[in-house]
Amino acid sequence: MATYSLNINGTSHEVDVAPGTSLLWVLREHLGLTGTKYGCGIAQCGTCTIHVDGNPVRACVVPVDTMAKGQQIKTIEGLSEKGDHPVQQAWITAQAPQCGYCQSGQIMQAVALLETNPNPSREEIKSYMNGVLCRCGTYLRILKAIEMAKEQTTKNS
Amino acid sequence: MKKSTSKTMSPMGRRQFLKSSGGVALFIGASGLLPNLLSCTDTKGVQRELTKHDVTAWVRITEDGQITIYNPAAEMGQGSMTSLPVVFAEEMDADWSKVHVEFSPQEADMYGSPGWQPGTKLMFTVGSRTTNSYYSVMRKAGAQARYVLLHSAAAHWQVPVTELTTGPSAVIHEKSGQQIGYGALVPYLTMPETLPGFSETGLKDPKDFRLIGSPIPRTEIPEKVDGRALFAIDLRLPDMVYGVLERGPLHGASPTLTNEEDILAMEGVLKIVPFDYAIGVVANTLEAALSAKKALAIQWSDAQAKGFNSQEIYPVYAQMASAPQKGKTVNELGDMDRAWRTAAKTYEADFKNDYVYHAQMEPLNAVVQVAQDGQTAEVWVGSQQGPDTKLGIPGLLGIPHEAVKVHLQYLGGGFGRRSMNDFVLECGSLAQAMAPKPVKLVWTRQDDVTYGTFRPLTLQRLKASTDAQGNLTGFSHCVVGDGGNLVASGARNDHYAIPNQWVEWREASHGIRLKHWRSVGHGPNKFAIEALLDEVALDQGVDPIALRRKLMVNAPRALATLEKVAEISDWNAPLTEGRAKGVAFVEHGSLGTGVCEISVDRTSGTIKVHRFWIALDAGVVIQPDNVTAQMEGGVIMGISSVLKEQITVVDGQVQQRNYDDYQLLRMQEVPDSIETVILPSAEHPEGVGETATPMVAGAIANAFLRLTGKRLRHLPFTPERVLAALNS
Repeated sequence: MATYSLNINGTSHEVDVAPGTSLLWVLREHLGLTGTKYGCGIAQCGTCTIHVDGNPVRACVVPVDTMAKGQQIKTIEGLSEKGDHPVQQAWITAQAPQCGYCQSGQIMQAVALLETNPNPSREEIKSYMNGVLCRCGTYLRILKAIEMAKEQTTKNS
Repeated sequence: MKKSTSKTMSPMGRRQFLKSSGGVALFIGASGLLPNLLSCTDTKGVQRELTKHDVTAWVRITEDGQITIYNPAAEMGQGSMTSLPVVFAEEMDADWSKVHVEFSPQEADMYGSPGWQPGTKLMFTVGSRTTNSYYSVMRKAGAQARYVLLHSAAAHWQVPVTELTTGPSAVIHEKSGQQIGYGALVPYLTMPETLPGFSETGLKDPKDFRLIGSPIPRTEIPEKVDGRALFAIDLRLPDMVYGVLERGPLHGASPTLTNEEDILAMEGVLKIVPFDYAIGVVANTLEAALSAKKALAIQWSDAQAKGFNSQEIYPVYAQMASAPQKGKTVNELGDMDRAWRTAAKTYEADFKNDYVYHAQMEPLNAVVQVAQDGQTAEVWVGSQQGPDTKLGIPGLLGIPHEAVKVHLQYLGGGFGRRSMNDFVLECGSLAQAMAPKPVKLVWTRQDDVTYGTFRPLTLQRLKASTDAQGNLTGFSHCVVGDGGNLVASGARNDHYAIPNQWVEWREASHGIRLKHWRSVGHGPNKFAIEALLDEVALDQGVDPIALRRKLMVNAPRALATLEKVAEISDWNAPLTEGRAKGVAFVEHGSLGTGVCEISVDRTSGTIKVHRFWIALDAGVVIQPDNVTAQMEGGVIMGISSVLKEQITVVDGQVQQRNYDDYQLLRMQEVPDSIETVILPSAEHPEGVGETATPMVAGAIANAFLRLTGKRLRHLPFTPERVLAALNS
């Protein structure tokens, strides 16, 4: 066991876990940030997508040891205080989720996209979102939601 | 809106109402009390509750006007958390903005819809039956709640109940100009002497619907975009420990653990729990449990699947289809043998499909806590429920049904996999061993794939006969495979006017775990039927829509979906170079016809679906946008399974492990659009969750046939198979 200090959603958290434990288990099972989901454990489904210093990362393949250097970790819980980030609002307007299980990962990936490329084309959206699976098949509504959020963001800026 | 109070109501006394609720009566206090469970044998207690509280069990009203409606069905993305409460609220005349929805207790006597046998009740979210089976239940229960409110207001104002009407969450007495909100009425609520059992005609006239059919956002979506929505895998209870199982390389193989001491010595490991087919490990953290799982040294016995190679079984199946003795009759109409003998022309083809896996995004899991004395248990689970709403836990622990409390959570996908509660029982066994600590059982994705329960591999031998004018006179469908109804569903053609039909199932068995997979046998069977129809159409020089139009002569509702989809897909319009359209019809409760437009990369063998159109008749539609979402999702899951998904078995062992070798459709592969038109209907609602998926294979194969003149007869249409077809 070892103690790690993590900066998550702007707050410092200390955890005492075995070295090599994935960041996903630390977030979910040790810290109770269960909005980030487990899907595959091998970075194939994107369900566990979070941000590390603003970049989308699959938490399931990140050992906690590598995250204790002051990186800013952001999870779905830290995206907005009231669930009203423009991307979240667009998701509701588009009625995007079905079962909802992959949607935290989809939203985190989409937010990262719009933060790096505020005006992506449809093909750019598809390419950027390609790593996040949805078994319910909500892809077209996710596309619609990102395009709505993009317009909203462009309007606001 | 007027309600009859005489002919259409069959009075039901309090006693009878109780009786119908079976062994346990649930009363919900009108003033915000928690649900109160009482045994019906405690007659004094029942009487006390009856005088103290105001029913019904489906709803709770508080003085501030807030209304809680209980949803009896699993929510796995299909929208039950909104659709069923909307139906209830419609008849109750509730103000939807004041409605909050919670899962009901898992008690079928109280919250079931009509079961498979007459007089039985069932809480089972399967077969797209939720809206279909609960529509009348929720309407009647909502009407009963309204009845209680109306009668309480009548007593309060001392006016005849016949002079009262309701508006959104209010009882109105027009004569005196009085109005009282449902919340304000709470202190005056009384239980009428009798509660009528409303029949259809005593309910709202559909033309007066305010909520049903209107665009109401789904209630649970806000919590699904900010991480609050709880799936069972998200549960964390005080003192909770973690369980995992290592299951065999062959389904059903028995384990012999050879390093028990080493495992028990590992950090965090608390207990080893042996199963007939697995070794369970419980540890104080999930990562410790997973480390121990990896370290297990197990010798596995052989099992039935040993020696079975899935991709080599098709010639055997073809021989079985050729054997003279027939299988189990699924449907017989007219005389197929005679139609075949006397035909002007005959057609015959074999269609095949490989195993497919559910791949629901939330791997199987559960949390169970057994009390120290073993006499009670609590279960937190995402389940499609079952004939036993306590999911087998009472039997496992040898305790009464009512000693188990099930807390239903959101399901991270179901698709049929969560209608089987193997994982709940596994968790129950671990929790029994660890009592009173709660145990969270987690299947890894690899567990979920390799020990999956698949849609069976099948071969369909289809035969069709035509007369001299090209009319279809006979249609024969022989399914070979394992799993009974799992392979036979959807093989009938009740909407096609073909006078002679024969459907049979010939049984195979390989020891591979099988289960209902969205739309079940409809996927492979509708593929075979619709593809053979287009082969006939091509040979006869008839347009595929025209051929089906003729066949649907006695099925006007099906025909309307065909005509509408031909219209919205612009079926007859000239096509973009290199593209073709294909059509397929499906009945799965609701009726739908789909058209797709595809192109083929002749170098790589990749099929691209560009657009998809569906015209659907689902009877009364509660939530139009949600039905559209089900069509979209159904098509996407259909394309995924038809073009990509494949489980293969070598020497009895599943060859795929995870999403890297079991590929699902991704964002870059989706069509440009999926357009749905819902046909207006006043008929009873039919399920919509499984109507779109089985359209896809036939539509794609038929488009491919029109584009290339080649036939695709083996699912999935992988690039290798597409290239083989192109080069044939």
